[in-house]
Amino acid sequence: MVGAEAIGSAVYDAIVRAATTLRPDALAAMRDAEARERSPRGRAILGQLLENARIAADDAVPLCQDTGSVWVLLEVGESECVGGDVPAAVNAAVAAAYADAHLRMSIVRDALVDRTNTKDNTPAFIDIGFRSGTGVTVTVMLKGGGSDNASAVSMLAPGDGEDGVVRFVTETVARTGASACPPLLVGVGVGATFDKVASLAKRALLRPIGAPHPDPRVAALERRIAAEVEALGIGPGGLGGTVTALGVHVVTAPCHIASLPVAVNVGCSAVRSASVEVA
Amino acid sequence: MSEARHGTGSTGPTEVSLPATREVLATLRAGDEVVLTGPVYTARDATHERLLAGLSSEGELPHGLGGQTLLYAGPTPPAAGRPSGALGPTTAKRMDRATPALLKAGIVATIGKGPRSAEVRRACAEYGAVYFAAVGGAAALLAMHVTAAETVAYAELGTEALVRLELDRFPAFVAIDARGEDLYLTAALEWRGAADIDGGDA
Repeated sequence: MVGAEAIGSAVYDAIVRAATTLRPDALAAMRDAEARERSPRGRAILGQLLENARIAADDAVPLCQDTGSVWVLLEVGESECVGGDVPAAVNAAVAAAYADAHLRMSIVRDALVDRTNTKDNTPAFIDIGFRSGTGVTVTVMLKGGGSDNASAVSMLAPGDGEDGVVRFVTETVARTGASACPPLLVGVGVGATFDKVASLAKRALLRPIGAPHPDPRVAALERRIAAEVEALGIGPGGLGGTVTALGVHVVTAPCHIASLPVAVNVGCSAVRSASVEVA
Repeated sequence: MSEARHGTGSTGPTEVSLPATREVLATLRAGDEVVLTGPVYTARDATHERLLAGLSSEGELPHGLGGQTLLYAGPTPPAAGRPSGALGPTTAKRMDRATPALLKAGIVATIGKGPRSAEVRRACAEYGAVYFAAVGGAAALLAMHVTAAETVAYAELGTEALVRLELDRFPAFVAIDARGEDLYLTAALEWRGAADIDGGDA
């Protein structure tokens, strides 16, 4: 059995690691971006971001002052039993990690009727799913407000097809990308239902940058969107250049015969996530 | 002390001392790389509501902000021996609704990230103000250019409090200059399609 305390401990460790250490795949992609960026200003900005990653790791300080909302994804093994008050343990871990690691408290009590800062960055936003085997995979993403604000959902018609998906993603990045701290990681969800498609787009940000989609049809779509996004010229920092995205990740799913839901969840240059296995 | 010492040759950034006079700001051009030294005041969403309320009730900028610079940022707490562990710009466009009134009342420069509205461009031109863009996501690096922090007002807002920071060679770019020229409008156009011409399918 996996206890709630063990899950809380994993959440704590994942938050501290994600806040201060750029994902290895993002670091490699950023170095590659610096090599292929053609704008001198863009190269200078990518140089700042690489130096930023070094300072954050060396001094154990946050990569970005927006240390985000906390999204916790718990994938429970089908043969596993989880005991205890998991949401309470997760929120206690969030409060402790944000205080101990000197992270920023960025959550208000209610979006509209009470915008008082909760002062401990709770509550976390928790999703629970199942996977094969035993144990629990605990994944944490710290999502900045600026890049989340750059995200969008649209319910296309099936006849809009792949062209419609490409157009919606490109127009969203063109409209909002310069404010979302490029170079971006563009997460795209296609399918499911109105409420689930945004979650697919967010999960797309978890895939390591540079790892191609296993389905060659989806991989081709990713390359097509990536070319359209690069052609926008937004560049590092939004100040012009040939590298606007470190990657474009698409997740597809079944859907209703009447629907073609599509969502874009924009990840910033400091895309932050970490996973911990709890046995 | 207000001056702008332009870099020699084509590579060095222009040194700008804050608070800067409108005469000095008028010498800067959209696209210039700058380093900023001197006091700035952090202000983001909730802070702007308070500043507008203060401006409305007092008839002038509260807290002696006339002639000063606003930095759109909500820093993390002190760490690694620095006043803030990480401090970087937040999205400027969320402040656009308040900016023309604040520039009219005497704010001479703002620092943030991302494109801004036509109203802000016009207000920069009308009042001789400048919008600087810092690199979003470079907050650990930028925090090394902050030497002191002192809360001035609205401490109850937490990270959204009005805090006076001392900058030391804080790197930025001139995004909108005092003529209303906007780097965000020209930079992407300059590179639009450039990657595509190269194949761009990487």
